[in-house]
Amino acid sequence: MDANTHRTRLPIRAKLASTVGDAAASVSRLAGKGDGSVIGGRIGLRLEPDLLSLLAVGRQVVLVTGTNGKTTTTRLITAALAPLGGQIASNIYGANMDAGAVSALSRTPDARIAVLETDEKYIPSMVQATSPRVVTLLNLSRDQMDRAAEIWLLARRWREALAAAPECRVVANADDPLVAWAAGASRQVTWVAAGQAWREDSWCCPNCGAHLQRDGDDWSCRECGGRRPPVSWMLYGDEVIDPSGRSTPLELALPGRANRANAVVALAVAEAFGVRLGQALREVRGVTSVAGRYTQVSRRGVDIRLLLAKNPAGWLEALDVVAPAPAPVLLAVNAQGPDGRDTSWLWDVDFRRLRGRTVLVGGERRLDLAVRLEADEVQFRLVSTIEEAVDAVRAGSANLEVLANYTAFQQYRTALGRVQ
Amino acid sequence: MRPLRLVWIYPDLLSTYGDRGNVLVLERRAQLRGIPVEVVEVNSDQQVPRDGDIYLMGGGEDLPQTLATRRLLADGGLHAAAERGAVVFAVCAGYQMMGVEFGGADDTPVQGLGLLDIRSGRGERRAVGEIVADVDPGLNVGRLTGFENHQGVTRLGPGVRPLARTEIGTGNGDGTEGSYAGRVLGTYLHGPALVRNPNLADLLLFWAIGPLPPFPPQAEELAKRLRAERLAAVLPQLSSGGTVLWHRGLPPPITPGPRTPRCRSGRIRWQKPPSDRTRTGQRRFASASTQGPGRRPRLPRPRRSPSRRS
Repeated sequence: MDANTHRTRLPIRAKLASTVGDAAASVSRLAGKGDGSVIGGRIGLRLEPDLLSLLAVGRQVVLVTGTNGKTTTTRLITAALAPLGGQIASNIYGANMDAGAVSALSRTPDARIAVLETDEKYIPSMVQATSPRVVTLLNLSRDQMDRAAEIWLLARRWREALAAAPECRVVANADDPLVAWAAGASRQVTWVAAGQAWREDSWCCPNCGAHLQRDGDDWSCRECGGRRPPVSWMLYGDEVIDPSGRSTPLELALPGRANRANAVVALAVAEAFGVRLGQALREVRGVTSVAGRYTQVSRRGVDIRLLLAKNPAGWLEALDVVAPAPAPVLLAVNAQGPDGRDTSWLWDVDFRRLRGRTVLVGGERRLDLAVRLEADEVQFRLVSTIEEAVDAVRAGSANLEVLANYTAFQQYRTALGRVQ
Repeated sequence: MRPLRLVWIYPDLLSTYGDRGNVLVLERRAQLRGIPVEVVEVNSDQQVPRDGDIYLMGGGEDLPQTLATRRLLADGGLHAAAERGAVVFAVCAGYQMMGVEFGGADDTPVQGLGLLDIRSGRGERRAVGEIVADVDPGLNVGRLTGFENHQGVTRLGPGVRPLARTEIGTGNGDGTEGSYAGRVLGTYLHGPALVRNPNLADLLLFWAIGPLPPFPPQAEELAKRLRAERLAAVLPQLSSGGTVLWHRGLPPPITPGPRTPRCRSGRIRWQKPPSDRTRTGQRRFASASTQGPGRRPRLPRPRRSPSRRS
């Protein structure tokens, strides 16, 4: 398809919807109201309800979903596919429902490949609308339960949607029993041993409910015979083992086990597109921050690193990334709509590893967090702003690790000058 | 001294949202009083010990709720313990499981554990949000604050007392919240319900071991602040005097004057236990004026939409 053909090929109504949506997004952006992808997409969809499938026609779509790591993995896959050349459409700002996807496709009419971060609940409708070439399933765990669906139910919906899409290749984490069960109904699966640090939601078999036998990353069900499928890609320490059995050091710029797992998934997706491991890995290594996450900023002599985690599994992985003692840590929690209004999840996070460290506690729901830390016998100090946190640590430390949930993260990011 | 034995039932099936908090709060409130504690986590492939002092049950999705109930009925350990007089504290899905029956997947009735005379089914809409409820003054607990997230409607039979009257939120669905009989107590406050309600935690400890040594006041300073903050966030008119409610033994705060529109059950008064039976034999709250006998809990209706109970 040559340049600029996608929009010209669209039916007139869809073309109009796409153009008007893009214009609205630009206005919203210029008015300083974010990047405008949601409003633009919504207007487009209002004018042409089938806009998403019309925009997806003729493109090779990758959908990326899971409870944690969607945004980062989307970014890594986009990087890993760069050797194919040409523009790649992607909702890089994390607008991951249908409007965000519409907006991403609409503003890049020439892109023949689209890598779309997709909200877990939207997988069935997105699979139907975009006929994806690849669907990537990362993990599934409890998350914002006051508004998200049950995870067993989500897994069932994924399973049904993928069973109805026989042309689609699924790249799935074999180490997460819920994900493996969801992917198990599809015809073409690339199984990745991406590991699973958080296990509190997968002690029981998603197929029959029996208590699973678990030994390291391996799992099996005595009742129904379900078991971890044999994998072709594997994360092994800091190395990736590819389907030929060769191991290669990952050497990522992004920190943490979870990101190494995300990178292996991205390499497996790249392979499905014919990109060789060496080429893909070179691009993946070049990713240094994702939408402000992992960014380092300096404030009055203190180097601040921002980490985002939204749910117990995310916090578990993030606590693993936090620099070891004596680096001080600022933890911050809000409970606005996007965070989930219920802070109960804090009791699922094990904070005992922070004992003996300098811990600061911020965010709008810092008292919830304070009571939680008290129960785990972690000493802390309450702070109301990030400036106060900097003041508290600058005498004794040159850096500060910040771990926050969604809106708390955004507030700090804004306070620090909208860091990328 | 034999340690106080806390038994957490089936965290592999019944732990959706911070249920561990209840274990941690009970453990801490006992330990800081010098009472040794032993925590036993029992997975669904293990036997439930019969010699526990306090049994805890958390929330779960439809399928795990049904599976856990089936296993507990077959196991018999919890029933043996309850018969012996052990304390049972169950939240959300666990609370429904305590009853005679509850609604499983697609709201088909499932036989419950029968430890509380309650029946639960699925309501018309999901109750999600902060909940405030005044506990039966006989329990000396004061006001409950917590979060609920369920689609259950629970009807109380004559064999139980309501735990509280709902001020904000839904609870059982008829203006009451939770229920108890003997030392078995259930509530729709989900997850770490005891975190914001240390008095309720102390009630469970008292039931298990009798009069408690005093709790070091500085060790509950933060919990008090959190409690006051959450109450003030949902009860704006009480924000100035919210902390007063903390004191134990106060009569139930029936405050005159303006109330928030959501506070539908504001006029319900507690009534003495012997006389509060309706014609159907159900024990219920009497009402001052507006909440006549015509206001009944919504009966469960078969629904397709699935629900999570936590």
